[in-house]
Amino acid sequence: MTKLKPWPSLRGIAGLGGIAVFAVLLLAVAPVVLSDHWINNLGKYCCWAIAAVGIGLAWGRGGMLVMGQGVFFALGAYAMAMHLTLETAGDRVPGFMVLYDPLAPLPVFWEPFRSAGFTLLAIVLLPVIVAGILGYALFKRRVKGAYFAILTQALAVALATLISSTIRETGGDTGLSDFKFFFGFVLNDPANKVMVYSIAAALLIVCLLAVWQFYRSRFGELLVATRDAEERVRFLGYDPANVKLVAFVVSALMASIGGAMFVPIVGIITPAEIGAAASILMIAGVAFGGRASLFGPALGAMAVGWGQSSLGSTWPDGWTYILGLLFVVVILLLPNGLSSLPARFAAIRRRPAEQPTPAIVVAELEEVRS
Amino acid sequence: MFTTSKRIRMATGAIGTTVILVLAGCGARAGDDTAAAGASAAASCVDTSGSTIKLGFLNSLTGGMAISEKTVSNVLHMAADEINTSGGILGKKIEYVQEDGATDWPTFAEKTEKLLTQDCVAAIFGGWTSSSRKAVKPVVEKLNGLFFYPVQYEGLESSPNIYYTGATTNQQIIPAMDFLASKGVKRLFLAGSDYVFPRTANAIIKLYAAKLGIQIVGEEYVPLDKDDWTSQVAKIVAAKPDFIFNTINGSSNVGFIKAYYDAGLTPAKTPIISVSIAEEEAPAMGHAVTGNYASWNYFQSLKTDTNPKFIQSWKAYPNSSGVTSDPMEAAYISLYLYKSLVEAAGSFDVNAVNAAAKTHTITFDAPEGKVTLNGKNHHISKPGHIGQINADNQFDIVWASDKFIEPDPYLEGYDWFPADIRKQLVGAAG
Repeated sequence: MTKLKPWPSLRGIAGLGGIAVFAVLLLAVAPVVLSDHWINNLGKYCCWAIAAVGIGLAWGRGGMLVMGQGVFFALGAYAMAMHLTLETAGDRVPGFMVLYDPLAPLPVFWEPFRSAGFTLLAIVLLPVIVAGILGYALFKRRVKGAYFAILTQALAVALATLISSTIRETGGDTGLSDFKFFFGFVLNDPANKVMVYSIAAALLIVCLLAVWQFYRSRFGELLVATRDAEERVRFLGYDPANVKLVAFVVSALMASIGGAMFVPIVGIITPAEIGAAASILMIAGVAFGGRASLFGPALGAMAVGWGQSSLGSTWPDGWTYILGLLFVVVILLLPNGLSSLPARFAAIRRRPAEQPTPAIVVAELEEVRS
Repeated sequence: MFTTSKRIRMATGAIGTTVILVLAGCGARAGDDTAAAGASAAASCVDTSGSTIKLGFLNSLTGGMAISEKTVSNVLHMAADEINTSGGILGKKIEYVQEDGATDWPTFAEKTEKLLTQDCVAAIFGGWTSSSRKAVKPVVEKLNGLFFYPVQYEGLESSPNIYYTGATTNQQIIPAMDFLASKGVKRLFLAGSDYVFPRTANAIIKLYAAKLGIQIVGEEYVPLDKDDWTSQVAKIVAAKPDFIFNTINGSSNVGFIKAYYDAGLTPAKTPIISVSIAEEEAPAMGHAVTGNYASWNYFQSLKTDTNPKFIQSWKAYPNSSGVTSDPMEAAYISLYLYKSLVEAAGSFDVNAVNAAAKTHTITFDAPEGKVTLNGKNHHISKPGHIGQINADNQFDIVWASDKFIEPDPYLEGYDWFPADIRKQLVGAAG
């Protein structure tokens, strides 16, 4: 049972130091050295990274392949977008609704989103409630593995279809856009853009701190144990369903926060950003970076986001192939993502004569602990 | 060594402080007098000192709309080459930056911002779906850029930062309805994709149909990315319309046409009039669509002085599809229109260009005829045409408007369009 002790504090400090460096880079260095355009893009990557940190917790540590995080991303994003749309429209019915049915009133479920407090509360509580109910139903019935993955993915598809087909209520395929204000701040003002970016970056740091603490705690141990040997955990007297539920709810909350910040930064939200493809791309970033590590998911998501903006500009036709190829290479050669690279090199250095296979195993073990 | 909770508290404190500092240093709030100033503070970074001028082309080269938008991108390249050969704009050669909108509306917004702030282009040309235009609109308005949009759309919009070279509703939808009325149509069925253009177009069609005494016997929508029209076409069969008004966009048309013929409907008894099937799409329907109709401003079969040369250049252009169509012709117009505007203004400056649009009469001898820019609403005059698809997938012109139709995006000249709705729309847009 010695294994269930918290990690040595040295590792913890290293993690905290890493977060501190990351915080300085994002909050102090980036706004100074980057142009408005790249700050805005970086803000967008931060939103995906926030969702990715949650995926790292649920999938990397908890073993739940959450293929439908778009659902929770959407809850936060649409709650925020509805509030910003109403803030822009003022007393009027939002413009896109007038287009489809000029004289009809505002749908009832939009009304509470006029309140900033309600909106913020909804961004936090909606994903918690939805993930809580969903997770409870699934984990208590011991739904796991591919079934769980397919189910969550199906939910993302269903939600995207629902939004597309309720054009007057949600903006449909066109989405919600053209926000002028963000809780009273004029969004067009470059200073406010930096502010919105900084909030997203700060939230990312907070999420990293949260999982850092999770991973060091007994709960983190239990979560990894549940991932690797659920039955044994059950025999030891814990209920794995509860452990997974907590991780799933936290990951949903993070996705929702990422979605909420995505809206003022990108200025538009559409069903394409939350559907199957978007949900898979979130997973892809996490796999790329290293799903079980502290920084891997966030850095992977940011790398994929950057690739989309910058390689997508250089080779519009080729970029998706580059992305695909990268994933094949990473999955084949580095199953624990790019963040396992240092550990792997270290392992190879230590045992130069051995076959590469044990090195991967060592890297994996190192990775899970870091 | 600190305890964990202390460390967390310290870290949270540090972040909290940062956020507060950031908030303290932030910009304008709603209602500030400086709010408007803040919005226009973004200074233009367009470089007009060299021998070239940068323009941005923003088209979906990947994703579902690539099949249509690649053609627009290609014809823009052709127009740029032509203009460069004949001396450029104000003596400067066009240097274009091509961006991919990837059939994803947030990407359109992101790339617009990139083109204006990173590449410092003087104007952007492209877009196809109304959703992409609605994603671009707030960005060009915020950064005071210029966007030239080449596709027919649902109207009810105008922006000082957008020029619309495709048809607005009174240049395509209303002529189509006039044509149907002249054919004695009494029962009309509306079939469309589920997004902003068909929904809005059909709202207008219903208002005008009431005035014309045409009964709308049904209305069905299918999402843009869905191809199965079987159950909707069954409803069409049951409703027994004289005509079907088709506002379906993209590949979903293939599924609709298949279901239409599978259900035993024929152009002889229940013809379709479309507003998005042109020369490019007609052969790609997977079924001969001969006998059905389309409403456009430009057809390849139009007999004008400029059309033969346009067709010939396009056929000779690398990677060209070989046929010309309305949206690509409108894209071709957009670049020449911009050239005329800049040369009238004597400057690439956005405000100078917009001022020239108001003070000068800007015209272009387009393949569809001589079009004139309306400086107030940024749309152009266009002739209305109805074509019937022949066996070669070309269109025989069966109806033409008696003159060029002035653009009227808010339908102010049409008494059947309710004033209170227009007021709501203008208010909502503002």
